[in-house]
Amino acid sequence: MKLKIAAKNIPLLATISVFVLLFAGSSFFLKGFFSLQVFINLFSENAFLGIAALGMTFVILSGGIDLSVGALIGFSSILLSRLIMDIGIHPVIAFAIVLLSGVILGTGMGCLIHFFNQPPFLITLAGMFLARGLGFVIKMEAMPVRHEFYKQINALSLPLGHTAFIPFTAFIFVILAVITWYISLYAKFGRNIYAMGGSEQSALLMGLPVRRTKIGVYAFSGFCASLAGIVYSLYTFSGNPTAGTTLELDAIAAVVIGGTPLIGGIGSPIGTVVGVLILGVIQTSIMFQGSLSSWWTKIVIGILLLAFILLQNLFQRKL
Amino acid sequence: MPLLAMKNITKTFPGVMALDGVNFDLCSGEAHSLVGENGAGKSTLIKVLTGVYRQDEGEILLEDKRIQPLSPFESQRMGVSTVYQEINLVPELSVEENLFLGRQPMKLGRIDWKKIRRMAEKALSRLNLQIDPSMPLSSFSIATQQMIAIARSLDISARVLILDEPTSSLDHHEVERLFSIIRKLKSEGLGVIFISHFLDQIFEVSDRLTILRNGQLIETCEVSRISRLELVAKMTGKSIEDLKTAQPYSGKKGTNIGKREILKAERLGRKKDIAPFDLQLHEGEILGFAGLLGSGRTQAAELLFGLKQPDTGKIKREGVEVSIRSPQKAVQYGIGFLPEDRKTQGIFPDLSVRENIILAFQSKKGWWKPLSRKKQELITKNFIETLQIKTADMEKPVGQLSGGNQQKVILARWLASQPEIIILDEPTRGIDVGAKAEIESLIHNLCSEGLSIILISGELEEVERNSHRIMVFRDKVIVSELEGENLNLPNIMKLIAEGEANPRETIQA
Repeated sequence: MKLKIAAKNIPLLATISVFVLLFAGSSFFLKGFFSLQVFINLFSENAFLGIAALGMTFVILSGGIDLSVGALIGFSSILLSRLIMDIGIHPVIAFAIVLLSGVILGTGMGCLIHFFNQPPFLITLAGMFLARGLGFVIKMEAMPVRHEFYKQINALSLPLGHTAFIPFTAFIFVILAVITWYISLYAKFGRNIYAMGGSEQSALLMGLPVRRTKIGVYAFSGFCASLAGIVYSLYTFSGNPTAGTTLELDAIAAVVIGGTPLIGGIGSPIGTVVGVLILGVIQTSIMFQGSLSSWWTKIVIGILLLAFILLQNLFQRKL
Repeated sequence: MPLLAMKNITKTFPGVMALDGVNFDLCSGEAHSLVGENGAGKSTLIKVLTGVYRQDEGEILLEDKRIQPLSPFESQRMGVSTVYQEINLVPELSVEENLFLGRQPMKLGRIDWKKIRRMAEKALSRLNLQIDPSMPLSSFSIATQQMIAIARSLDISARVLILDEPTSSLDHHEVERLFSIIRKLKSEGLGVIFISHFLDQIFEVSDRLTILRNGQLIETCEVSRISRLELVAKMTGKSIEDLKTAQPYSGKKGTNIGKREILKAERLGRKKDIAPFDLQLHEGEILGFAGLLGSGRTQAAELLFGLKQPDTGKIKREGVEVSIRSPQKAVQYGIGFLPEDRKTQGIFPDLSVRENIILAFQSKKGWWKPLSRKKQELITKNFIETLQIKTADMEKPVGQLSGGNQQKVILARWLASQPEIIILDEPTRGIDVGAKAEIESLIHNLCSEGLSIILISGELEEVERNSHRIMVFRDKVIVSELEGENLNLPNIMKLIAEGEANPRETIQA
């Protein structure tokens, strides 16, 4: 029995050990890599990717996919800039508007997917074009945000000893991760996502609220993507209609590397967090190394993704 | 006072009277079988009871209170639970979670996993299931999953349990286990409605039975007061004399069996699937494969059809050694295969009757030489007539036909490619008694025309009734071969149970 439970966790354990190996290897070969701050920065630098990936985790667990998250980040960030700088709305209200628009877009896509029984790939592809296009309608190029509130928020960081501090954006990522983990394990909504991803037909016949759950995951993903747009805006002090281009693919990679296969039904948000950290550690170490082109990041991610897919395949055949 | 009473239930669909003033009642502690051919109204009646359909007339009384469930979930809340043939659970999730999905106990706004564990253990022990509730559902056999589905449906408040074709994919032992559970639930005061195509099981497990035909109630009676023959007569609407004289197949005489050895296997085997075996098939012969589920009967057929590669032995086709490396090769050698699971392996439900029938023929001919539409229609028309396929027209999607007619379409597809050998794996599973008889007589017609047939079935009576010769499988070994006088049910059962008599093979599996 103990062995079996371990078998269930093999993908997650594999993900964690890959992360530990990568971090240890980089620390060994790259001077100055091994420090608490570098580790913490993995969270803050990848916060908006991570937040979007957490939303994506629920979508993929449910057996769907959401291609609109990257575009929604761009849309949200440029909308924030316009609202705050041109219209003069307080950032907090602007945040609420942006989150609401993300939830509305997500809910709309979820409804189309459910009521018209359309493939999520196509509906969210349409959503991606819509959000990206709207971003450019709002403004054609990047636009800075200068506001006292932004400075205050960014100043909110938790010092850790004398050498390190946790930035505010990393906090948002971690808190959202804890919330999604809790939902996935202790809320009926979360368990219904797993059931739906395992077998939608069964979920329906078991009397689970499939409609609510399905629309819910896309609404949640829209919420996460627009939250990621806010974090992007806070992190860069700007909005950019091109922000988050192809980020949806990085998010999918993080989810899959984190042990949630695209067919859904198994996996966890914790895995996704580790998946995001793996992408982060690859990027950081290639930056530290200095002489390699940053495109090597993509190559390494590609290889890792392939390896993980093969591993999951092997694991499932054994089950 | 009966536990459940359905009074004067009438339900019409456009153009069809599905139920015509049907009365049905169920007592507490009773197992009541609902029997009838496909289209008799069994499933409509169940769907009215479970709230899928709403009756046009009539009323439903549960414990003397009038109920009108509007959905299956509502009917379950009222105490009427249903377990379907297909297992509607989530394979990836644990057993305990499957039991309580959607109605998990909550504590302080979160799912109380500890309580789920306790409740799961209780629910499983009620059915005498000794399994670890934390294991994923997919790690258990179909039979166990079926019982878990029953455990899920048995809320504490359940008064009526409907089992709709629960035994189709279970083997003999598993059916026994299921029946002991039914008996236990009966003793707890539950009323069980049992639906099955297997007459034996109906007679074994139920107290009373209700016969439906064409939406009308024919009779409700105690099982002990009706003979099998009477039951079949009432289901089919034929007189008993008809059935007796129609005792159709004097096939066993095998008058048409030629001397020509059409297919021969020598020491053919594959590790873990089937121990090496010898086999001869003659022209116009029906060779039966008898054995329980998992005894190796399907695996042996898969070797002959090239679905799997043998690691030992050889196959000879009319005396010439051949290598059947793929089903495509098998088709070229004139072998056809009707798979066990027609829904997933046999038909293309969205394609029309014509397209389904033409498929194998076209494939044999080569795709670059398309058949003219006219020729296709001619061939299809021919088969619809000779096999008596009941379809409105040949362009109807096969998925809309009844099970028996779907089976005939697949058979027609193989016949269109003019094979000399056909392997039939469970050709009558899940189809009603009438269609069954038709398929069986079809098999005999085909073999009298010189076609050689390998017939695989878990229903021993069916193999016994139809085969000229039988090979008996047990634990992946062919234990014996029966023909002539020895070919009878007691002998087959004995061989399957003990593997004794005169072992033809002494190979270790």
